[in-house]
Amino acid sequence: MTPVLELRGIDKSFGPVQVLHDVAFSVHPGEVTALVGDNGAGKSTLVKCVGGIHPIDSGEYLFEGRPVQVGSPREAAALGIEIVYQDLALCDNLDIVQNMFLGREHKRGIVLDEDTMEEMAARTLEGLSVRTVKSIRQHVSSLSGGQRQTVAIAKAVLWNSKIVILDEPTAALGVAQTAQVLELVRRLADQGLAVVLISHNMNDVFAVSDRIAALYLGRMAAQVKTSDVTHAQVVELITSGRSGDLGLTNGVPA
Amino acid sequence: MTATLTPAPVEGPSIAANARGYVERVRGGDMGALPAVFGLVVLCAVFAFLRPSFLTSGNFANLFTQGAAVTVIAMGLVFVLLLGEIDLSAGFASGVCAAVLAILLTEQGMPWYVAVGAAILTGTVIGGVIGTLVAKLGIPSFVVTLAAFLGFQGLVLLLVKGGTNISIRDETILAISNKYLPPVLGWALLVVGVAAYAGLQLLRARKRAGRGLTADPISLIAVRVGALAVLGGLAVHFLNLERSRNAAVVSLKGVPVVVPIIVVLLLVLTFVLRRTSFGRHLYAVGGSAEAARRAGINVDRMKISAFMICSTMAALGGVIAASRASSVDPNTGGSNVLLYAVGAAVIGGTSLFGGKGRVLDAILGGAVVAVIENGMGLMGYSSGVKYIVTGSVLLLAASVDAFSRKRAAATGMR
Repeated sequence: MTPVLELRGIDKSFGPVQVLHDVAFSVHPGEVTALVGDNGAGKSTLVKCVGGIHPIDSGEYLFEGRPVQVGSPREAAALGIEIVYQDLALCDNLDIVQNMFLGREHKRGIVLDEDTMEEMAARTLEGLSVRTVKSIRQHVSSLSGGQRQTVAIAKAVLWNSKIVILDEPTAALGVAQTAQVLELVRRLADQGLAVVLISHNMNDVFAVSDRIAALYLGRMAAQVKTSDVTHAQVVELITSGRSGDLGLTNGVPA
Repeated sequence: MTATLTPAPVEGPSIAANARGYVERVRGGDMGALPAVFGLVVLCAVFAFLRPSFLTSGNFANLFTQGAAVTVIAMGLVFVLLLGEIDLSAGFASGVCAAVLAILLTEQGMPWYVAVGAAILTGTVIGGVIGTLVAKLGIPSFVVTLAAFLGFQGLVLLLVKGGTNISIRDETILAISNKYLPPVLGWALLVVGVAAYAGLQLLRARKRAGRGLTADPISLIAVRVGALAVLGGLAVHFLNLERSRNAAVVSLKGVPVVVPIIVVLLLVLTFVLRRTSFGRHLYAVGGSAEAARRAGINVDRMKISAFMICSTMAALGGVIAASRASSVDPNTGGSNVLLYAVGAAVIGGTSLFGGKGRVLDAILGGAVVAVIENGMGLMGYSSGVKYIVTGSVLLLAASVDAFSRKRAAATGMR
């Protein structure tokens, strides 16, 4: 199966600091790819390069096998790449439907087409088997953390996106809500989407991911199937960049 | 509510469910226009009890013309307040625009529509400049508009040549605040308005029901339309009573011309805020500028347009003030006009923290301010007392706003 997104030899520097060295990263449809790494390993930078927020210095960016240039978040969204940031970026004073369509409202002439938006939002939430919200006309301010995360994810899925990148979606959640969001993540992949999950939590990673990509000091230490590695190996990859045969030798890929 | 909740029972769209939802919102700190309506009723009752002349048709008509300019400025201020910004220069901006109007009418002898157009354009340009300074340079709006407040005060003085008084004789301009609709026309406009409102509500409910979405029940629509018809009918009836002391010489009855003007402005601005993506984006920027920016909304442009709308409405307020005073002097739009306007918006339920407010709020708040001013005048209190009372009411409204925010935070509504 061809990966929906493939990065090869990505370099990225901010001034004199090189943050990404020759990074290769691929994402497959129908799979959850966990992107792990210690603080400062370059996870956020890599994701921002994918999302078009940071331009890459060199390397190949292939989307569905075709080389593409992604220069802005809009171009990334046009390809079908959506990023759900940790702080969610929802407006508390708007309701669920209004948030899901923010900036991309459906209009008839100059008038907002509320009915169509409400129907589409309801259908999307239903498709994700989200039934915990009382009304989709509820203000986001009245939602719990897990429900907000759900709305943010539904917002990303609404646009027939192909890749959804989730930045630490469970970081601020309780046990029950974490389980619920992970279930949702799994369901997205089962529906054929490519999901990238950034996480520090090994339990979460092993619970839902199909592949694990471990970054170490700006280099891709290893990208492996989750079923092929153990907990301890992944922790080693994160902390030292290598584990047995896997990972970097003297700081460069084997 | 926990995240593991099973499907919530879907409440049927009934009046009871709607009422329950409203009570829940108020308890949760979202009081909306409730304090303004409550204040209005209490104030009217107190003044009517202490000074029976408060309830006369003549005084009722007075209330509208008295409060019109401040209300129109407050309607514009809502747009700026929605973003969590403030425009302290709106009062004197209206003065500058009124001065432009007066100069074009008298010294240049221009027709009224040219003068009004120029005044409105002046307002728009003023708003554009203020908005650009706030959005692009990042100067806090408080400082920019405080500077503009002083600057415009000087500009009005220069325009009217150091304190002379330019009187306005143009019939059309004077009509805005000093003429009344024929009684029949007042009734006709009310009937058309109520019928259109009922029609739109029913149409919307039927369309939504047809698509399987929750629609407002007919009974709720009937209540709303009925309330509008009764309140509007009472207002038109009282305004249509003869209020001239000597009806044989000159008859004074009918709805003031400024009332339909305000109603039209209310409808247009409410449409912009609630039914267009521009309005949606304004609320979004006020709620979370960062979220709006990530959603691809040009936050700077929203800020500049909000200030432009605010100053444009201030210009209209200036035209109305000029009409009421039949003249423009250095104090037009000065002294308490700005504080009254900010007070009107905030008393009505527009939040000073941004993201919450309606144009209708400004009208309700404007009514409160006008009633205080008018009633205290009838009681024979000095300006000093009036200022202190209005200041206290503004403080009270701001406390209600801050309190409801805290309450909302405590109940997890924010």
